[in-house]
Amino acid sequence: MTVSPTTTNLVQPGPPRAAPNAGLAGFLRELVRRKPLGAIGGAVFLIFVFFGVFADLLAPYGINETNLRARLEGPSLSHLFGTDHIGRDVFSRVLKGAQVSMIVAVVTSAFATVVSVAIGAIAGYFGGRLDSVIQRFVDAWMTFPDLVLLIVVISVLGPGATQIIVILGLLYGIGGSRIVRGAVLSVRENTYTRAAQSIGAGWGHIIWRHILPNIAPVVIVVFTTRISAVILVEAGLSFLGLGIAAPAPTWGGM
Amino acid sequence: MSTLLRVEDLSIAFGEAPDDVRVVESVTFDVARGETLAIVGESGSGKSVTALSILGLLGHGGSIVDGSICFGGVDLHTLDEAAVRRIRGNEISMIFQEPMTSLNPALTIGKQVAEPIRIHRGVSWKEALEEAAQLLERVSIPDPRQRLKDYPHQFSGGMRQRVMIAMALACSPALIIADEPTTALDVTVQAQVLNLLKTLTREMNSALVLITHDLGVVAQYADKVAVMYAGGIVETATAQELYRNPKHPYTLGLMASIPGASVNPRSRLKAIDGSPPDVANLPDGCPFAPRCQFAHEGCTAFRPPLRAVGGGGHMMACVGYD
Repeated sequence: MTVSPTTTNLVQPGPPRAAPNAGLAGFLRELVRRKPLGAIGGAVFLIFVFFGVFADLLAPYGINETNLRARLEGPSLSHLFGTDHIGRDVFSRVLKGAQVSMIVAVVTSAFATVVSVAIGAIAGYFGGRLDSVIQRFVDAWMTFPDLVLLIVVISVLGPGATQIIVILGLLYGIGGSRIVRGAVLSVRENTYTRAAQSIGAGWGHIIWRHILPNIAPVVIVVFTTRISAVILVEAGLSFLGLGIAAPAPTWGGM
Repeated sequence: MSTLLRVEDLSIAFGEAPDDVRVVESVTFDVARGETLAIVGESGSGKSVTALSILGLLGHGGSIVDGSICFGGVDLHTLDEAAVRRIRGNEISMIFQEPMTSLNPALTIGKQVAEPIRIHRGVSWKEALEEAAQLLERVSIPDPRQRLKDYPHQFSGGMRQRVMIAMALACSPALIIADEPTTALDVTVQAQVLNLLKTLTREMNSALVLITHDLGVVAQYADKVAVMYAGGIVETATAQELYRNPKHPYTLGLMASIPGASVNPRSRLKAIDGSPPDVANLPDGCPFAPRCQFAHEGCTAFRPPLRAVGGGGHMMACVGYD
């Protein structure tokens, strides 16, 4: 049997895969049909983002506008969520607080994910002694109770968004490196990693082009679950008065 | 023909000394440009480990404890990582056993074929992709420019192995190591892939080290053969000589177990009794002795070294008979 371009037409180039519903509308219809739960979640999330982004336009009152004659009122048409102890409109503050909470959550999560991926990828890819050293460090790090560490650092540096982002990012990033490392370990054993080595690729190149794209699903999940965790912790800190400084509205500080 | 690769007295161990496990013991072979050397052996005989050690890809725990790997006059074992990397994929390239997992599922075919070109020649993406298209054409992928944008899952096993061959050929290496390149493919595709590999290596006057457990493949494609058993070479000869005149009892056993056209279809296939030894726990002397029909007391004294039998480089490792 000989091989020549004329005899080995093994695969006919088929017609390009037809997209039944092109465009955004079609995509949305498909999404609702195939993943109804995801679509509902996405819708709720988008509503939150919408209110957060346009908080300044949608808020009926200024966020720090006080009305001492209408303190601690229940929900009514003029104050949808009622008012707080100094007569500020809670609805307006919830809208504005969404902004702060979400920005802090997304930035912290992104930072944490970068830390996780960097540590996890290096530990997982190189393995051996380097991995052992890194893992013992991560072990030690994870024994610190999150909230206590946060309170210590913030009481030294003072409250503020930057402090929260850096400390929470490191806390979650170093802990989360375990998950990334696990994923890297399994991807590293694939032949294509070895094939990449066999064509002379360096370790940075292999991690970037061959390992990261294949652990992307894990990284995305790590990132998104961190967002909700950060919102909760940030709310807790602000409630304790250690988060974002008053009078800026946050979900925890209300 | 001048020797391109010479592996001498190579021993490879896994684990830490002194309780390491020697998986390859004093292996010696050489291969010249334009030549095809087949390394034959069953699973666990050390043939893949030998191949990986040439590229310095033994991975964790494995290390070369003795011997040398001379490629074009340089001992690869003494080079640093950066120097070895310049050789990998450029002067020596490797084709792996599993075409289903040796391509990265997250990257397009084009990017993967262009990768060695980018790494070793530093050309632009555009040029590298253009060359990748030409490479795919050389390995008979129809409609190569279109297929550059496809992902591995859109290719069949045989086509993926061609893509691997294209990647291996990208920088016109002097030596190609193919580690059971067709084991995962069905028989007709096997022949296509091997013919292609043979034709292209001949065109480039490269040396080919073909690792296989298929004696039929050896007969058809190899110039020289080294038969491995339990980490050592037990017999080496030209392919013709080995088939015409096998000497080592293990080779004899292998030859006898090939089903031929003249074999009565109702009779049982001949097989070598017993199973291969555990390399962590080799028997004294010749590792094949417990399964050998010619074994006698002298066989357990020491592991027999290769010695010449007949002319033309025919060597074997057996004390049993002359």
